[in-house]
Amino acid sequence: MENKAIICKDLTKQFGDFKAVDKISFEVNEGEIFGFLGANGAGKTTAMRILCGLSFPTSGEAHVAGFDVYKQQEKIKKNIGYMSQKFSLYDNLTILENIEFFAGVYGVSRYEIKERSKDLILTLGLEKEAKKVVGGLPLGWKQKLAFSVAVFHRPKIVFLDEPTGGVDPITRRQFWEMIYQAAADGITVFVTTHYMDEAEYCDRISIMVDGRVAAIDSPSALKKRFNAVSMDEVFYELARNAKRTSD
Amino acid sequence: MPAVTLKNITKKYGDFVAVDEVSFEVKKGELFGLIGPDGAGKTSIFRILTTLLLAEGGTATVEGHDVVKEFQEIRNKVGYMPGKFSLYQDLTVKENLEFFATIFGTTIEENYDLIKDIYDQIKPFNDRRAGKLSGGMKQKLALCCALIHKPEVLFLDEPTTGVDVVSRSEFWEMLAKLKKQNITIVVSTPYMDEAKLCDRIALIQNGKIMTVDEPQQIIKSFPKTLFAVKAKNIYKLLQNLRTEKEIENCDAFGEFLHLTLVSEKADEEKIKTIAQKYNPEDLEVKKTEPTIEDSFIRLMREQDNSREPKEMLDGK
Repeated sequence: MENKAIICKDLTKQFGDFKAVDKISFEVNEGEIFGFLGANGAGKTTAMRILCGLSFPTSGEAHVAGFDVYKQQEKIKKNIGYMSQKFSLYDNLTILENIEFFAGVYGVSRYEIKERSKDLILTLGLEKEAKKVVGGLPLGWKQKLAFSVAVFHRPKIVFLDEPTGGVDPITRRQFWEMIYQAAADGITVFVTTHYMDEAEYCDRISIMVDGRVAAIDSPSALKKRFNAVSMDEVFYELARNAKRTSD
Repeated sequence: MPAVTLKNITKKYGDFVAVDEVSFEVKKGELFGLIGPDGAGKTSIFRILTTLLLAEGGTATVEGHDVVKEFQEIRNKVGYMPGKFSLYQDLTVKENLEFFATIFGTTIEENYDLIKDIYDQIKPFNDRRAGKLSGGMKQKLALCCALIHKPEVLFLDEPTTGVDVVSRSEFWEMLAKLKKQNITIVVSTPYMDEAKLCDRIALIQNGKIMTVDEPQQIIKSFPKTLFAVKAKNIYKLLQNLRTEKEIENCDAFGEFLHLTLVSEKADEEKIKTIAQKYNPEDLEVKKTEPTIEDSFIRLMREQDNSREPKEMLDGK
């Protein structure tokens, strides 16, 4: 289990008769950028909630950062970072206050917060805005800041749920450079996206259809297997026969 | 007469200029795309054109009617599907549709032809409450409700945001069919790959229109030769190439990097020579056709050069 950030085996989540997640099995290596794709309603969010320690599976097994999703939810939460398109920092707190607050919640020492938040603000080029409230920042800046906050406590894994939705094309690329940097620092990245060009930036991706993992491999291997020019085509091939369309 | 005209339309929220002297026209029967990221000003423009928001400056018309003085006429002639689902969640599919038909003084039967293809897909759920529908079905119902009074101009604000590739392509097929019925369609989207499905597009960023043209024309007017480059460690290659003076811009584009050179005289060989310095494995270099996203990025950089990014932060 040493080199696996996430292990899922026959993981299932059932709501009544409905199998939102239906016996999915996969592994994510440490330090990997793993793209978790799927059609709307395929079960991505449900699976992600289990892996983040927010929901219990109905059956099957899963370990995240070495911790059991049934018995060690709190340990999982301490060892992961999370951000989504909707997640935004506290609009009425300043950039510095947001960093202090979230890092504090994750138990980073006061001294370390002080030292490292300075570096972070320099890296982001936000020196002048550090004491301004977050609400006034443009969306792209907010998302970059939210990501920085999500990895500030140096989690083993960071979960990103459509982090670049609606973001302009330049910022979207800067955001991915931050993802690469985090991966280079040894953080495992688990990311969902609707932009198929971003799927290409992942080391490996899985594509969920109707609660199951329909394919899992590197983008180039998937394109080869489906004889496709782009990931768009691969996705289309797999998802067009999906029975579920719900969100 | 154009279906829609905007002349120097400006909208401010406090000190923040959301729409900055925007001018463009949409021809009758055209499928027109407003392409840009969140916060570019797309929704404000839609709300001004559908007479739900007043602009601070400029004039706009829809089907020849002024958006301020003749808002009543416009409301009868347009269909509007907002980005946020805004039908009555507690009414059923059929009740929602009947409600909107009644408001506009018509019946479902009267314009049944127009909605048939779309409505057939949700008809099996006629008695289900709108709030209990799946995302895709909600979208189809909203489109039916926006069409039920046979509008002359249809405004669709980000109908495909957050929707997967398969559902997105289905939605655009529906739009192509509607266009054949001579409805003018104005649609906004943050997905650059959808631009090519429109007759003409406006690229918008920071409240300003950067260009308006046919997608093919925008691609043609890309001023530089564009190259696609890849190697085994693509992120490292990106970082290395960016330090090179002879390379103008270099951006990640799916499995490739897209780059332009400062000098137009240089070619693939030149790029290979530069890249070889860093001993990349499996280097591949080729010319490639720009996409709308390449053009968008280029235009954004031009816009940014005349405007310090820090200034943006002072906005609300």
